[in-house]
Amino acid sequence: MTVQRRRRDFVENEQQLAGRHTRGRIWLSIFQISTLIGVIILMVLLLTIINNSIGYSAVQDEVDPESLAVGGVPLEELPKETLVQILRENVSAGLFARFEHDQPVAERSAAEIYDLIQEYVISPEVIESWSLFDSLIRRDEILAIMQSQYPQAELQFISWLNWDFVRSQQSSHPEIAGVRTAIFGSLWTISITILFALPVGVAAAVYLQEYAQDTFINRIIQTNINNLAGVPSIIYGILGLAIFVRAFGYFTSGIYFGAADPSTANGRTILSAGLTLGVLVLPLIIINAQEAIKAVPNSLREASLALGGTRWETVWNHVLPNSLPGILTGSILAVSRALGETAPLVVIGASTFIQVDPQGPFSKFTTLPSQIYQWTVRPQGVFHNVAAAASLVLLVLLLALNASAILLRNRYSRRL
Amino acid sequence: MSIRLSIRHIEPPNKVMKEQRIERGTPSVGDLRKRPRPREAAIQSFLFLCGFLSIFITFGIIYELGKESLLFFGQTQWSSTNKPLAAAISADQTVIEVGTQGTPLQEGTLYRIEEEIVFLESTDGEMITVQRGVEGSQAALHSEGLTLQAALQPDLVEFFTGTEWAPHNGKFGILPLLTATLIVSGIAIVVAVPLGMATAVYLSEYATQRARNTLKPILEILAGVPTVVYGFFALTFMTPLLRSILGAEVVGIYNMASAGIVIGILILPFVSTVSEDALNAVPRSLREAAYGLGATRLETAVRVIVPAAFSGIAAAIILAASRAIGETMIVAIASGAGPNFTFNPFEAAETMTGHIVRISGGDLSFNSVDYNSIFAVGLMLFIMTLVLNIFSQRIVRRFREIYE
Amino acid sequence: MQNSSKISPAESEYAIETQDLSVYYNEFQAVRDVNLKIESRRITAIIGPSGCGKTTVLRSFNRMNELVPYAHAKGKVLFGGRNIYEPDVDPVEVRSRIGMVFQKPNPFPKSIYENVAWGARINGFKGDMREHVKQSLKSAALWDEVHDKLDESGLSLSGGQQQRLCIARAIAVKPDIVLMDEPCSSLDPIATLRIEELMRDLAKEYTIIIVTHNMQQAARVSDFTAFFSLSEDGKRAGVLMEYGETKTMFTRPQRKITEEYITGRFG
Repeated sequence: MTVQRRRRDFVENEQQLAGRHTRGRIWLSIFQISTLIGVIILMVLLLTIINNSIGYSAVQDEVDPESLAVGGVPLEELPKETLVQILRENVSAGLFARFEHDQPVAERSAAEIYDLIQEYVISPEVIESWSLFDSLIRRDEILAIMQSQYPQAELQFISWLNWDFVRSQQSSHPEIAGVRTAIFGSLWTISITILFALPVGVAAAVYLQEYAQDTFINRIIQTNINNLAGVPSIIYGILGLAIFVRAFGYFTSGIYFGAADPSTANGRTILSAGLTLGVLVLPLIIINAQEAIKAVPNSLREASLALGGTRWETVWNHVLPNSLPGILTGSILAVSRALGETAPLVVIGASTFIQVDPQGPFSKFTTLPSQIYQWTVRPQGVFHNVAAAASLVLLVLLLALNASAILLRNRYSRRL
Repeated sequence: MSIRLSIRHIEPPNKVMKEQRIERGTPSVGDLRKRPRPREAAIQSFLFLCGFLSIFITFGIIYELGKESLLFFGQTQWSSTNKPLAAAISADQTVIEVGTQGTPLQEGTLYRIEEEIVFLESTDGEMITVQRGVEGSQAALHSEGLTLQAALQPDLVEFFTGTEWAPHNGKFGILPLLTATLIVSGIAIVVAVPLGMATAVYLSEYATQRARNTLKPILEILAGVPTVVYGFFALTFMTPLLRSILGAEVVGIYNMASAGIVIGILILPFVSTVSEDALNAVPRSLREAAYGLGATRLETAVRVIVPAAFSGIAAAIILAASRAIGETMIVAIASGAGPNFTFNPFEAAETMTGHIVRISGGDLSFNSVDYNSIFAVGLMLFIMTLVLNIFSQRIVRRFREIYE
Repeated sequence: MQNSSKISPAESEYAIETQDLSVYYNEFQAVRDVNLKIESRRITAIIGPSGCGKTTVLRSFNRMNELVPYAHAKGKVLFGGRNIYEPDVDPVEVRSRIGMVFQKPNPFPKSIYENVAWGARINGFKGDMREHVKQSLKSAALWDEVHDKLDESGLSLSGGQQQRLCIARAIAVKPDIVLMDEPCSSLDPIATLRIEELMRDLAKEYTIIIVTHNMQQAARVSDFTAFFSLSEDGKRAGVLMEYGETKTMFTRPQRKITEEYITGRFG
């Protein structure tokens, strides 16, 4: 019978079937594990950073802060004039003159004077630090090392990430270094980036989606933008160096605006940094805005045009308002990207060491990721701790940004 | 694109609503002519300029890199040999005494003292015989202690085939930087592609909606971590890990493998997301056809869906490679700070990007040889990534036609 | 020196007159040599099987087919005696005089009030906007249903209400002609009936041209009917087969092909 013969031909298949299913199960496990690896890596990454930002440290002060107290009043509570007095007495004349030159003492706040005393007079030094893991597991061993090698020092359990860290200015002593200057630098830079890139990017996207016909030049513009999105960030750094720092240095340094001293100013300012990053994120904003504009249904445009609206009236009154949520989400993502960029800023000359907060677009600058980079590449192990702490600050900032982007997206998609 | 500017003589626009239209029986056409809408035209011009700006940017990049690279290859660079004149010389002296320190001088080459170029005929280590004032320069007096400068002429052949990169010493071979870049990127791809593809297949073909909702945000977070933090991670975790697994003698404190693996982690979410998009774009009907024939889920995924999404996946891999090549901070921190021509991934070596960062981050005078060389390296980097990007776009276009 | 473009009303008794109108998509001739005279303040229906260019013809009356980059028209479309395809005619102007209601209701995602007011505002309405919106909504037979919720979104209305809102929006611009592209095809029968009643009222003030695939609707509603079909030479161009008073066309059609379509033998 034909049926039996067919079954006979297919009999081997039943045995094969079990094997196929087993193979399927094995590979499924492999796929699942691969996916899990991504999750594991993220956790390991976060743990590494946290591991480096908390732990035991052997701390030794050069000058005991208690010896500086005046009339029994501890150092932190002394008024500014007394602090200035203490500073003048305890540092060399040349060093004090340098403070005056960077920013006159009269203009500095009491907290800033206190910071200077901390850094240059008391000068706490971390001789060695241990990671969180080590601090918890090898505690006895560490105590023994303290006894034998660092009898003068004090063993402190430091969380390198604390409010002082965020508030303080940069310092060559990692113990008292903070990221305040860097945070301000980042904020100033990003503001300029967005101020430049968002309007120009959205305008370009509007042009490409609403006005451009399928001509040669418009196709070139589109391909060009897609390619620019893939250019390594360091190339933008070189471009920024050549154009903003050198060619337009007269403007970006502030000399043209009378805001800077021609003898010391150069183009390595926040303005240059912001514009460079602006050029970097411009293709991303354009592509993203294009997607948002494409998503607006055509029936809306037709309704507006049929009423006798012009192209621009249609865009301004209907297309843009309805693509706004998408555009905003995209620009927040672009800001996140720009916040984390380091390489182009190194090329255009992020300052390696500044202690004064940026005053405006013509100030010298450093940013949070630049700071992390500089601390990471220092040989002394202690700098790794502050680098880790700064990384946590940066990650928290980015998390907040992205969370707001997701919130925005959800809120607006519900409304429509 | 057309910018319509009406320049004809037109009556002033009649913008008041014509409520009197209602009474007539037939349309009073009134003025249908185009009125000049200067605001429209101005806005359209502005928008076009914004779009065109991108072309300026590309030209700017090509111009800057090209110009400086041309100078780099075209101009003779002068670099100090640290060999001083032992005594002051007059303008017509042809036999000169020089100090013994500094790099040895080569006969038959040009040297420069201050602004004057001389041709070295012979040397015995302490005394040199030269032709004065060659190549259009003027012979002049020179004081004691001035150092001779050697002529460095980078040429294209040496650039692409030389295995030593030390511009201040006249060595212009880009191969050390190039091999380092390729090795690091290669390791990154080897890490990212299998893991990324496996993740993509899992998310697209197997995972439940709930699993996807938890896993995708995690991948997004991974993708959002700044590269400098990854660099820190490479230095403080990956390198010690490798050293403890493979031994501290095998793996250096700075090494390419560490950087490569972490770059792989960096681009993993990218490979996964783009591949997953490509897999999702394959129409349902194809899956149903396969299942209908009695194929298992694995067979469907691997033998039907993945090949169908091939163009998208190939594009994703090529783009990921492009990003790996352009990555800077991770290699700058973890890979090493000095060119080194080697194929051993556990040694330290400097990539093209790392080199650019190191040179431009240091204190360098404009127009020194090292400084100008970063433009040539940058141009090479730009061309490599551009070719890869264009290639990936071509692949998508070509293979998509065949499939559909 | 330009000729004056003002035409006195007596010269043209037709709202729209086409002369040898052809519309091409790239090389393909979608509509061929249409000669049509649309009477003012009447309802004219355009009927025919699908794919014969009815919508193309309609959209050529207000130059909406230009939104597709590869479409172009030959011949003339006279609006009040003036060819709207002349090079110095502004399509924006044309569209403010010849309005359109689409197949699928497309109100703006704005309030009901804004939906009606926006078109009037950009066309320069200077009077009392609140009153104008009220009048337009009344003319569209929608006022009673929405007068107390003018601030709500236009998208919160039912399908039939949304379409009437679109009609209100179109007439708020005070056009001469209102084009309707299968306005009831996405609505239920009751909503359809309401709109048909509305059309009768609107025809007292406006010229209505409606494309419909529903013959019964054409028979119910229109004064004149234009029947389009595919050309008989196999080139698939839309051609005007017959045009006349609806009563006559549906009882004593002049051409065999018209009769075959009306009796349902094809289409």
